[in-house]
Amino acid sequence: MKILDHQEIQKILVHMAAQLEALIKTQPSPVIVGIHTGGFWIAKALHNLLNLPEPAGELDVSFYRDDFGRIGVPHRVQPSTLPFSIENRHVILVDDVLFTGRTARAALNELFDYGRPASVLFAVLAERQGKELPIAPDVVGVHLRPSPGEHIKLFGPDQLELRIIPSPV
Amino acid sequence: MTLPADPPGQLHHLLDIQSLSREMIVRILDTAASFMSVTERSVKKVPLLRGKTVVNLFFEPSTRTRMTFELAAKRLSADVLNLDVEHSSAKKGETLLDTLRNLESMHMDMLVVRHNESGSADFFARHAAPHVCVLNAGDGRHAHPTQGLLDVFTIRRYKPDLSKLVVTIIGDVMHSRVARSEIEALTKLGVAEVRVVGPRTLIPRDIEAMGVRVLYRLEDALPDSDVVIALRLQRERMQGALLPSEGEYFSHYGLTSKRLALAKPDALVLHPGPINRGVEIASDVADGPRSVILEQVANGIAVRMAVMALALGHAGSKEHLA
Repeated sequence: MKILDHQEIQKILVHMAAQLEALIKTQPSPVIVGIHTGGFWIAKALHNLLNLPEPAGELDVSFYRDDFGRIGVPHRVQPSTLPFSIENRHVILVDDVLFTGRTARAALNELFDYGRPASVLFAVLAERQGKELPIAPDVVGVHLRPSPGEHIKLFGPDQLELRIIPSPV
Repeated sequence: MTLPADPPGQLHHLLDIQSLSREMIVRILDTAASFMSVTERSVKKVPLLRGKTVVNLFFEPSTRTRMTFELAAKRLSADVLNLDVEHSSAKKGETLLDTLRNLESMHMDMLVVRHNESGSADFFARHAAPHVCVLNAGDGRHAHPTQGLLDVFTIRRYKPDLSKLVVTIIGDVMHSRVARSEIEALTKLGVAEVRVVGPRTLIPRDIEAMGVRVLYRLEDALPDSDVVIALRLQRERMQGALLPSEGEYFSHYGLTSKRLALAKPDALVLHPGPINRGVEIASDVADGPRSVILEQVANGIAVRMAVMALALGHAGSKEHLA
């Protein structure tokens, strides 16, 4: 079931970019990093809106997940690409959907293996209930309350669309 | 006791290439590719195998293989024990089974074993506790699967379409577990042609059954080759007079730049190491622009990381949740 179409998401992104703009006003030359895959699409869109000079980075947190012992190595792990040093930089970390917070935890751990950022802001397109870790986003595009058995997924990258799908587990 | 096969899509022990499906080989190579970037970061480590214990049990000398297995395990955050058998109780007469039971008492999760007897890794796999994964780091003349995998990984990085390649393996195929694992990996991945070339005394008589073309003159084997693999002359495994002299071997089978010119202009040169300069390969070829010998070493770390992660992760294929 579709929740948000491309146009609606674009409007939300403009709003998110404005909020981020206010937050990074005091932070010289921030860089943006998206979590593979949907978070990277959102990061690229925000990157354009914020007009950041350095390209957006991409993290695949598969090697940092806490469920490796149960599900093993996922197929098609994309190498993470950070085309800049994050040492002492202000980093905007972006994901599409914040659910349990475990992906954000993994992303923070991976980020710190690349260096010591000066600060990290966390922006998500959608936040839903079900948080299991003390992770709070700084910028949220939309708050959603799907049923516990439902899963929210971003489709893209050209036409972004947020849908509710039955949980894959 | 026979060893049960791994469930489809899962890797538990890695004993030889033969028991791997083509899909699993590709999976290992793809996973290795994603581990390559770990080496380029300031913290060269991922936490996948945190809390796991990997034992390197080497009954034969090794530099590259042991060190890269150790480094691979450490980059995955595992704890590593290196058992140097020269200085261990095995020297005092402890049996292999007793060594195994003692290591299991130390709660090891993975055993990386090298031994001069063919079938020794299989022996450990058959007798190890069910949760222990055994990786073969070379057993006698039988197999050296991670070397075979890292060689195809290295080739694939330069020449991704393996189906068109002619690969020529030169030298001491008789004593080479590396050659056997390479041939199996290359043929499973559908390489157009694998050639082996060397003196008759060093080419096993039944090797054609592995699907290779056998030649005895280097000048006949090199033309059209996309990849040339020189094997080390394994003096330590030779019994009797298989060769007149190293000098004479070099004069017929040494990979010189003049001979390499017979292969394709962009042919890659591989060697599993350690290289004997002036015996199987000339220095200017080993150090030359087509040599990827040192890249093989670096790639070996990523390939061994992939094998370890896949074996200990009991690789499921479920997509993960956000």
